Amino acid sequence: MEAPATYTDPTTKKADEHPVRKVLVIVSKGTLEDVYAGLIMANGALMEGMEAKMFFTFFGLEAIRKDRQDHLHTSTVGNPAFMQKMPTMLGGLPGFEALASAMMRKEMDKLDIPPVSEFMEMIVAGGGEIYGCKLAVEMFKIEEDEFIDDLAGVITVGDMYALAEGEGAQIIFI
Amino acid sequence: MQQTIGITTVDVNDEGYLTDPGQWTPELAHQIAQAQGFELTDKHFEVLHYLRDRYAEGTPLTIRRIGKSGLVTIKEFYDLFPGGPLKVSSKIAGIPKPASCV
Repeated sequence: MEAPATYTDPTTKKADEHPVRKVLVIVSKGTLEDVYAGLIMANGALMEGMEAKMFFTFFGLEAIRKDRQDHLHTSTVGNPAFMQKMPTMLGGLPGFEALASAMMRKEMDKLDIPPVSEFMEMIVAGGGEIYGCKLAVEMFKIEEDEFIDDLAGVITVGDMYALAEGEGAQIIFI
Repeated sequence: MQQTIGITTVDVNDEGYLTDPGQWTPELAHQIAQAQGFELTDKHFEVLHYLRDRYAEGTPLTIRRIGKSGLVTIKEFYDLFPGGPLKVSSKIAGIPKPASCV
């Protein structure tokens, strides 16, 4: 029996479909949920075979600081979606925010969502690049050795836009 | 629906994933990989068998778990299966597309 002509994968994208090929995820916040949103979207893009770059600015810099990235908190005050039946005042009690954040991290671990440090290692292993914002780094007076070893660089906003150059690139701001 | 890959006809879904992992053969894996633009090595097959075993057990597959399998690092996994490693490897391994966000 002779093999038929070449088999074509049915999911092969056609040239006129304008697929997303690259994402630049900007993370400007340092809360647990915002940082994870950025990490999951960047990692998800790599898993789909796209390029992914991340740019951390302002409070988002917490996520690329070695000694802080695995201790991010979720806000229990001024967050109406957090435990809706709980009186807002309770969220401000000493230790409450730490407890809520620890519980959230535990729940995420059950879903095989890694800690921030490991998540970033996964993203870099998948070909993703992680950058810090020069202006914010100067403002917060952070030294280079405080950042993760995998940091691709501390760059200006102009350099950041260059990361999103090319066809099919999308910028996501968190 | 049915699709002929090489000389075998198998049941696939609309994205080309085998709907019956029992129809999978190593020869079929070679054909699907070639359609993706690469050739399979022994290392690929180690990963493919790992994926099939985990699927048979009902363990959800994630990139992280494969990185911890001891078979390949995450970087090696990306290099072995270009273009979205978990999706591509699952298709070649004849198991359903993983419904995983991580």
